[in-house]
Amino acid sequence: MGKYIAQRLAMMVVVVFGISFIVFTIMNLTPGNAAYLILGQSASPEQVAKLEAELGLNDPFFVRYFDYIINMLQGNFGESYNTGLPVFQEIFARFPATLKLSTVAMFFAALIGIPVGVISAVRQYSFTDAVSTTMALLFASIPSFVMGLVLMLVFSLHLRWLPATGLDGIENYILPAITLSMATMATLVRMTRSTMLEVLKQDYIRTARAKGVDEKTVILKHSLRNALLPIVTVIGVDFGYLLGGTVVIESVFSINGLGTLLITGIRMKDTPTVMAAIMFVTLAYSLVNLAVDIVYAFIDPRIKSQYERG
Amino acid sequence: MSNKLLEIKNISAEYRTDDGVSKVLNDVTLSLGNGETLGLVGETGAGKTTTALAIMGLLPKRTGFITNGSIEFAEEGNLLEKNEEIMKAIRGHRISMIFQDPMTSLNPVIRVGEQIKESFKVHMPDLSDEDMEKKVDEILEMVGIPAARKREYPHQFSGGMKQRVVIAMALSCEPQLLIADEPTTALDVTIQAQVLHMMDNLKKKLNTSMILITHDLGIVSQNCEKVAVMYAGSIIESGTAEEIFLNEDHHPYTIGLFGSIPDLKKQTRRLSPIDGLMPDPMDLPSGCVFHPRCPKCMEICKNEVPESVSMGGEHQIKCHLFKEVE
Repeated sequence: MGKYIAQRLAMMVVVVFGISFIVFTIMNLTPGNAAYLILGQSASPEQVAKLEAELGLNDPFFVRYFDYIINMLQGNFGESYNTGLPVFQEIFARFPATLKLSTVAMFFAALIGIPVGVISAVRQYSFTDAVSTTMALLFASIPSFVMGLVLMLVFSLHLRWLPATGLDGIENYILPAITLSMATMATLVRMTRSTMLEVLKQDYIRTARAKGVDEKTVILKHSLRNALLPIVTVIGVDFGYLLGGTVVIESVFSINGLGTLLITGIRMKDTPTVMAAIMFVTLAYSLVNLAVDIVYAFIDPRIKSQYERG
Repeated sequence: MSNKLLEIKNISAEYRTDDGVSKVLNDVTLSLGNGETLGLVGETGAGKTTTALAIMGLLPKRTGFITNGSIEFAEEGNLLEKNEEIMKAIRGHRISMIFQDPMTSLNPVIRVGEQIKESFKVHMPDLSDEDMEKKVDEILEMVGIPAARKREYPHQFSGGMKQRVVIAMALSCEPQLLIADEPTTALDVTIQAQVLHMMDNLKKKLNTSMILITHDLGIVSQNCEKVAVMYAGSIIESGTAEEIFLNEDHHPYTIGLFGSIPDLKKQTRRLSPIDGLMPDPMDLPSGCVFHPRCPKCMEICKNEVPESVSMGGEHQIKCHLFKEVE
C-alpha cells in the first residue's frame, strides 16, 4: 500500500511537469504583449522594449521555459506581472475560500444526494422515487449561474434571509455552496440509485435476506458499501473540479476565489500567476484523486489486495 | 415413516411483470419428513428455485405472488400467513438455503467470519461476542476450513471453499430444513463429491431435512430418499428414490429426462435429448403442460389437465396414460 502511494506521488511530479510545459506553450501562443499590458496603452515603445528585455520576453521559447523550470526548482515561481507580488502570495490568499466553499458544497451534496439515492432505489417506482429522480434531472440540467441568480433573488433580494455576496461569515457560504452542490447532488442521486438497484439484485443480498437479516441491515451494511465505489468517484472528480475554482459562481456571488484569479491572469497574459495557479490546481486535483483511490482500498478489500500486489 | 416437517399443498405462484403474467408454479404439492432428503429435479426454468424461494418467503417483492395453496412447516402452521417478522425469525434459523453460485453468494466487502456471525447476531442475540466467535470457529472447522481464515474476505477463497462457507452459514443455526439449490453445479466434479459428502454427514449429524434442487440425476440417486420431478411449474412425478429409479411406469417426461443421460456402456453417436423447449410460462399449453413435446400425446392431453395418479406406495404420476390403471 505504501509502495503504491509512493508510485502515485512520483507520477504526480511527472504530471505537474507535463502540465507546466503545456500551459507555458499555450500562454506563449496566445496573442498580446505582456510588457505592453503591464505598462498600459500610453507607454512609449522604448519603455516597452526595456521591460521586455528585463522580463526576458525576447529569449527563445525553450530558453524561457528552462529558465522558468530552473527558477521553479529553486522555489522561485516569480512575481505576478499584474501586482508585482510573489505569485503564491495571491494563490494562498484565495485558495482557502475556494477550498472551504468546495468542501461545504461536496459535504452538502453527499449528505442529501446519497440518502435520497438510496431511498429512491429501495422504493423504486414509488412516488418518492419519481419526485427525487425528477428533481435530480432538473438540478442536473439547470446551469449553475441561473440557479445562483434565482437563489440570490429569492433568498437575498426578496426574503432578505441570506447575504448575496462576499464570504465574510458562515451565512455567506450557504447560497454559493448550495448552488455549487446542485449538479453533484443530482449526479449522486442518480448514481447512488442505479448502483444500489444493481447491488440489490446481487446474489449476496439474497443470501443476507435468507439469513433472516432485517431490511435496514441489508441496505446499510450489505448493499451500500458495495455501491460506494462509483459514489466516491463522483465526489472525488467533482471535488477536484471545484478546487480549480469556479469562475461563474465566483462572479455571480462576487467571491475572490482561484477561478477569478486565473481568468484575470489569462486576460492580462500574466504567465507566472497562470503557471503557478494551474500547477497548484493540478496538484490539488491529483491529490484528491489519490485520496479517492486510497478510499477505494478501504471500501473494497479486493482493490486493497490489488494495490498490495503492486 | 417419520413425522411431517414440511407440507406444501397446491401452491400456485406467478410473476407479474410489464410483459405479462408468468405462471411459474402450478398446483405444486410436496411433503417432507424429518431427516428426509427430497431431490427436486427438472430442467432450468422448471420452477425449482421458485418453489424454494416460496418456502423461504423470498419471492421478488413487487413481482412474485403466491395465488393459491399453503405451506405448512413443523408446528408453525401455514408459512404464507406469517408476517415478515416471524418469517425473518424462521429464515436462516429453522429453514436455511444454500444458493446456486458460491462465487456470488458471499458479500465481497464483508469478512467471511462476520458473514457467518451475522446469523448468530440475528437469531441468538443473547450470546456473548466471544461465544459467537467460538461458534464461528466451530462451524468453519466443521466444514473443513481453518478457523484462522475467518478474518479473510471471500475473494481470498477458492470456489469450493466459498461453497463450504455458504454451507457453514446455512447450517450455523442448525436448521430443521435445509434447501440446497444446485449446491454443486458451479463446482468442479472432484469438489462436488466432497461437498455433497460433507453435506450428507452434517445433515445426519444435525438430523436436518433437506430439499436438494438439482438437474443431476446421479446426485439424486446417491443422496435422496424421495424424488419429485418438475416440469413447467408442475410436479409431474414423485415418489421414493427406489420408485423413481426402479419402477417400470413413468411419466413420459421422466423417461425423456433419464433417456438424455449418456450411457457409458452403450455405443451411441448422439445424445438423445427431449425434442422441443420448455414452454413459455407466460403462455402455457392447454391441458397437460408437456403435451407439445410428449411422444405419447393423446387427444385428451391437449384439453384436460391430468390428475395425479397413484401408482402404489408413494409413487404419483400426473399423466393421462395411467388413468386406466386405477
